[in-house]
Amino acid sequence: MSAKRTGLWRWAPIAPATALLLLFLAGPIGYCVWIAFTNTQLTGASGSDFVGLDNFRRAFADDNFRNAVRLTLVFTFISAVIGQNTLGLALAGLMRAASRPVRTVTGTLVITAWVLPEIVAAFLLYTFFRREGTLNALLDWLHLPGQNWLFTLPILAVSFANVWRGTAFSMLIYSAALAEIPRDITEAAEVDGASGPRRVWHITLPMIRRSIGTNLMLNTLSTLSVFGLIWAMTRGGPGNRSQTLPVFMYDQAFLKSLIGYGTAVALLLLLVGSLFSIVYLRLMKVEV
Amino acid sequence: MRRTTRARLAANGALLLTAAAFAIPLAWLLLASVNAEADLRVRIPSSVTADNFDAVLTDEITFTPMLNSLVLCGGATLLTVVCAALAAYPLSRHRSRWGRPYLLTILFTTCLPITAIMVPVYGLFVQVNLIDTMYGTGLFLATSQLPFSIWLMKNFMDGVPVVLEEAAWTDGASNLQTLARVVLPLMGPGVTVVTIYTFIQLWGNFFVPFMLILSPEQLPASVSIFTFFGNYGSVIYGQLAAFSILYSAPVLVLYVLISRRLGGGFALGGAVKG
Repeated sequence: MSAKRTGLWRWAPIAPATALLLLFLAGPIGYCVWIAFTNTQLTGASGSDFVGLDNFRRAFADDNFRNAVRLTLVFTFISAVIGQNTLGLALAGLMRAASRPVRTVTGTLVITAWVLPEIVAAFLLYTFFRREGTLNALLDWLHLPGQNWLFTLPILAVSFANVWRGTAFSMLIYSAALAEIPRDITEAAEVDGASGPRRVWHITLPMIRRSIGTNLMLNTLSTLSVFGLIWAMTRGGPGNRSQTLPVFMYDQAFLKSLIGYGTAVALLLLLVGSLFSIVYLRLMKVEV
Repeated sequence: MRRTTRARLAANGALLLTAAAFAIPLAWLLLASVNAEADLRVRIPSSVTADNFDAVLTDEITFTPMLNSLVLCGGATLLTVVCAALAAYPLSRHRSRWGRPYLLTILFTTCLPITAIMVPVYGLFVQVNLIDTMYGTGLFLATSQLPFSIWLMKNFMDGVPVVLEEAAWTDGASNLQTLARVVLPLMGPGVTVVTIYTFIQLWGNFFVPFMLILSPEQLPASVSIFTFFGNYGSVIYGQLAAFSILYSAPVLVLYVLISRRLGGGFALGGAVKG
């Protein structure tokens, strides 16, 4: 009996999960690394030959790839770093000063946008930004000129959509972080005559800087992999003007049948993600 | 006193403005679903109608995709939770020099952009004949949620004192018996949260079934929703809105259930403590 509880045997329950992770997660990642160095195509006679770094060389020379990298940076910066992060922090901060009903209403709406399935959120923002949509109706009512947002500023429209959908996460993180700041510290500063903005800058922000770090990291990571939202709103278009890396990857691998090339792009995305992951783990100084 | 009142008013004003911005797209969803002549704008319907719901509540449009979603996500959730509970047990209870690296790898994996590996997953599934199968897609969906579920489950399990298991062990219970009879019942709320959270994540997942399931009659609601576009050239927005509400309802209800139990920040679990 006790022999069963010692040694390797007691680690047996971990086997099913490990098997799944190896087969369906580590497997595809390994396969990804292999395919990225071949010229595999979905159709046609050409098999899969090892082509070394060709796919990567080709990517860095490809205008469309560079466009996708640029758009991914813009999308991530506007929607995750500026949008979700700053708006989430502002909402969490304002909620501490606001009255209870206002806090409840705002919180509920922001969280509902977050809990809705990705595709539903995408359709809602799609109708909002269309030429015949609500945004232009509002602008018209204010006697401001409207435009075809999904055509003129597609990357801005999808960025806004991602802010609408993802801000709740930051709001929850920052609400928790702000609640942990001891009240007497802010009160002491208030007594010393520090103004609102100065209190925020010198006390609040330094005290929640670790939350800011982890939140930025997680927002960035989740934004890097957004596909459904952009796909449903713009399909990466018009042209390639909202084609971020995941959409570009899908386009190359499936619509253009260049599996090897698409996978190389995926591998680059995975590498960037891993880099962020590692920084995140270090930043958190995880205690396991 | 006056200063705090002014600050409160300003905060209320700013929040209500933001709330309005978040509410507008949701208002479209609600209003369009009961409007027989719904278009892309938020507008009050001239008369409220249930026609849109009537029109989409058919086998083909609603029931089959929702049932597919339920089978796919329910099955995957069950698999995830069982595997996560089993894996979390030794990780939480036993010390070993592999425990820490294993958990760090798990945490690392939760952060990876899973979107990126969908192309190789597709390639792999074609080669091993798992493409266009519910169970293949379910297996992948389960695996994609597994790292976070293990992590969450382990954190909940750490909260159950070991003393209680030691009593069971002296009575001759095996590890698995202890897990099933002592530990899991004691962390009931934790298991519920992991289950519901996993289910919500999978229910909304679009990219995985979009890539791996090909036959229309097997598509879950997250992908079948696209059939509202294209087929006949014009989109019936009222029906799209009605369907979206039906499709979103389960996750909204489930979210309310867990958030009541554990407060708003539940989803962040132990993974996101700053």
